[in-house]
Amino acid sequence: MGKVFAATLIVIALASAMPIILHTWEPPADISTHGRLIDEQMSETMAEAGVAFLAAQLILAWLVWRFSNRPKNEKIQHFPGGARGLVAAAVIVVGIEVMALGIFGAKAWAAIYFTPPSANALPIQAQAGQFAFYFRYPGADGKFGPIHPEMVNEGNLNFFGLDTTHDADSKDDIVTAELAVPVNREIHLLMHSKDVGHSFFIRELRIQQDFVPGLDLAVHFTATKPGKYEILCTQLCGLGHYNMKAYLKVMSQSDFDNWLKQKAALQ
Amino acid sequence: MHDKSAHAARHRVPPTGFIRKYIFSTDHKVIGEQYYGLALAAVFIGMVLSWIMRIHLAWPAAAIPGMQLLFKNGAPGGVLTPEYYLQLMTMHGTIMVFFVLTTAPLAGFGNYFLPIQVGAEDMPFPRLNMLSFWVTFGAFLVAIAAFFVPQGPPLSGWTAYAPLSALGEVAGPGQGTGQVLWAVSIAIFCVGQLLGTLNFISATLDMRCQGMGLMRLPLTVWAWFITACISLTAFAVLMPACILLVLDHVAGTSFFVPSNLVVNDQLQPHAGGSTLLWQHLFWFFGHPEVYIAIVPAMGIVSHVLITNMRRPLLSHKAIIYSMVAIAFLSYMVYGHHMFVSGMNPYSSIAFSLPTLAITIPSTIMVLIWIGSLYGSKLRINTASLFALGFISMFVSGGITGFFLAQPSLDIMLHATYFVVGHFHLVMAVAALFGIFAGTYFWFPKVTGRMMNETLGKVHFWFTFVGAYCIFMPFHYLGMAGNVRRYQAFVDDFMAPLMPVHKFITIAALITGAAQLIFLYNLIHSRFWGELAPQNPWEGTSLEWSIPSPPPFDNFAGKLPVVYHDPYQYDIEGATNDYVMQDSPASINSVRGEK
Amino acid sequence: MTTTVHERQQPDSARYPAQADFGGHGNVTSESGSWRAVEDRSPASRTGIWVGLAAITMTFAAFTSAMVVRQGSSTDWRHFALPSVLYLNTAILLTSSVTLELARQRVRWLARGLQPRCAIPLLWLYVTLGLGWLFVVGQYAAWLKLRSEGLYLATSPSSSFFYLFTAIHAIHVLGGLAGLMVVVWRFSRPVPTLRLSTVSTVSYYWHFMDLLWVYLLFLLWTRI
Repeated sequence: MGKVFAATLIVIALASAMPIILHTWEPPADISTHGRLIDEQMSETMAEAGVAFLAAQLILAWLVWRFSNRPKNEKIQHFPGGARGLVAAAVIVVGIEVMALGIFGAKAWAAIYFTPPSANALPIQAQAGQFAFYFRYPGADGKFGPIHPEMVNEGNLNFFGLDTTHDADSKDDIVTAELAVPVNREIHLLMHSKDVGHSFFIRELRIQQDFVPGLDLAVHFTATKPGKYEILCTQLCGLGHYNMKAYLKVMSQSDFDNWLKQKAALQ
Repeated sequence: MHDKSAHAARHRVPPTGFIRKYIFSTDHKVIGEQYYGLALAAVFIGMVLSWIMRIHLAWPAAAIPGMQLLFKNGAPGGVLTPEYYLQLMTMHGTIMVFFVLTTAPLAGFGNYFLPIQVGAEDMPFPRLNMLSFWVTFGAFLVAIAAFFVPQGPPLSGWTAYAPLSALGEVAGPGQGTGQVLWAVSIAIFCVGQLLGTLNFISATLDMRCQGMGLMRLPLTVWAWFITACISLTAFAVLMPACILLVLDHVAGTSFFVPSNLVVNDQLQPHAGGSTLLWQHLFWFFGHPEVYIAIVPAMGIVSHVLITNMRRPLLSHKAIIYSMVAIAFLSYMVYGHHMFVSGMNPYSSIAFSLPTLAITIPSTIMVLIWIGSLYGSKLRINTASLFALGFISMFVSGGITGFFLAQPSLDIMLHATYFVVGHFHLVMAVAALFGIFAGTYFWFPKVTGRMMNETLGKVHFWFTFVGAYCIFMPFHYLGMAGNVRRYQAFVDDFMAPLMPVHKFITIAALITGAAQLIFLYNLIHSRFWGELAPQNPWEGTSLEWSIPSPPPFDNFAGKLPVVYHDPYQYDIEGATNDYVMQDSPASINSVRGEK
Repeated sequence: MTTTVHERQQPDSARYPAQADFGGHGNVTSESGSWRAVEDRSPASRTGIWVGLAAITMTFAAFTSAMVVRQGSSTDWRHFALPSVLYLNTAILLTSSVTLELARQRVRWLARGLQPRCAIPLLWLYVTLGLGWLFVVGQYAAWLKLRSEGLYLATSPSSSFFYLFTAIHAIHVLGGLAGLMVVVWRFSRPVPTLRLSTVSTVSYYWHFMDLLWVYLLFLLWTRI
């Protein structure tokens, strides 16, 4: 039965590795400026993990095959080098590999989070609430009007709680249900939550960031390819969590200006 | 000066009466069995919940027969509502993590075998021990009660992030009474566990018999001891968190709920609280918790493997030091659950480095196990199969953790099925394999009868292959962008992945059904199994030196004296190929290095 | 795993002392009117109490960090003056520790047969109990004072933490009082069944409640 175990393990290990080797599920097209670093990091990690996985499972299988149910008179043998060699291998080889990946991988992280947005990034506000995303553009004055939480009224489509009667800055704010951005333009997304925790995940943009109630957070990104991309909520927020989504629309600058004008007319 | 006669005179009197023997017993063996029984009940409830979830995920519109009878509000006509899926999911996670993975490996096996393996008659505080079980049982009842309140159990996940978990009924069904019951249940559970750790730590340090130095303890005792130390600090932090959560619900405080929240167009009355505070407190407990689940299994697997390999591990100390290192590092890594949470991005790097570093002691352990297989005389039986399966599963699950340890990769993998696959492999499968290995190994000692080997092997094959069929595809789903905690998949890109979900569901149902073979084997063997000898596996530790089942005071009034390190196998000149720890025989051969 | 060459082994009782008598050594017992003590060796209970105190420490550490974070996360912290009765309560609690030590010392003397009369340790135990109860009543008085100022549990985060810390500490003090009552009861029985280890355990716990209170007072004084 030891040999059956070994054989089964080999089949399982190879079968598990197959979809990865065959690139069955590739990450979606990268439309970001930092995505290449993430994708490279992923590939490197996958390669190292894959080798470690296959090596461990196959060696385990071979050892069980070879050393199970041996005749009684055979002697116990010792792994060459004993524990010392193995501990050294673990510390040195795995340690260096792991730390290297970690430290070099910080580059991708730094590219997104350690650099501030540039001065001419387009500011857009994003609000997450049970169970939809809404976005606000500052309009011609370039300023966001103040938010009055007590005035939030979804029935009246006042998602942000704006007081357009009394706040001059709010009069030209444009509120939309989809996030449109001009291509190759840096966006400074200012995120806040209306109620509970949510999260903002755009796979093509290689971005995921939580909306944390009580905190004003921000991410900045540049979309490099026009298209329509799904924005998913990835932080459990209630019964509508599975259906909470919006769309990112990346378009040319002129298309974007037209889009914005259309939306402004609808306010 | 120790007055031996006085000691003999104070010989413990066995309890009489059904209640004192089986219900309110202070005997650590009974308490261990009670914990195991609780975990068994819990795992079947948790498993049924997972079946319902899996059926719903594969066929969202399907009417599940019987659901409308059990959960009238949650499944009208047998079809799960979106909120009820999340409610079942929350309870599945809560029951499995707390009442199965924290109870069986540590409180179940540990209570039964730690005193015996250190050579003691019982735990040092038997009444506290009994209290710890009944408190834990009480916590279980409170958790189950959440199913029966009008709005049902909470839907915020076992992680209960605020403010969803703190706002009350407005935030969703089950978030009122259900969430409060959940928090109260967990707080009570923490108390039960803390009472348990008192016994485990004191027993290991102070109750060892003559000759039982710390380095002569079996690896299981080390594992339980280290786990109890982790438990001590982790549960002592979760309890305050739950208390604060309950206060936010019932007392109008705002520990976790910030100002200016609007739900259903109504401004919420709370102000000033910190959402991230809950996450920090929870994960400070939550990460050590997963090591509480796995470290006992590491000890059990080491113990089972050594006995079945007929040789000790290449290095006893490396395993101990690795477990200590893992325990120590486990406190420094919890932020890896919060990489994209809005925490300072520099903190993310800071948490990522120890998370990656924890790979090192884990790898040392795997290499020692594997290296010890080389040249061994491995015996294949159900227990050793599960122990080998543990190594395979631990490697698989551990390697996927390596991805999640890097913040830049976490951007793509956080909150996807990749994470779900990772933690199920290490917890639901690997830790569970440790429990199975321990069960098949120690059943003869506990009951005096052998479990049926054929049924055991059938159980193993279904479980081993089945678990891989269920959980390996989770990783592919995650890499393909499948988000977790969704009750249905409505995104366009999900359509080609639905066949994978159906495959997983079918595998889950089959694997789940196979667990009934285990349950049958457990019950049938208990009463009608083949009678077991005192030492069926030819083991060396103290549990094999006493009858099966053991007398109520373990050593029949005569405490053992230990002369040898544990795991004295492959001894030249020994009658068999092993020497028991309490054998006065001297050992002649000098063997290889540590 | 190294095996070493041994001669036929003798149990190494000096290095590995026989496990502490499980049933309860260190008894202060009275047999036929005279006091007798068995060697007090109960490391298990000492380890146990340290483990328990470690758990309590972690709990209060968690509450402390919750308070620090909460105070920094918003601007709604309202400072208020601590009720002056707290300082009196502190003095009472510290005194109770002194009286408990006096009681413990006398119990130990009794166990060694140095002081044949029973009454005096009991007196100091009762004084400690009394002071302990007085402390709890005094804490309640502090709460009443706050309520009279309109400061309730949910009034402001500062009041929330005040009530939380004092209540949780008081609950633990009640636990300590229960332990003291067990000591008194066992000592007062016709045939006393008190163990020295029990007295030590309860004492360590009680003194820890003291230290904890001093820490909490400092915390509240600097932050509330």
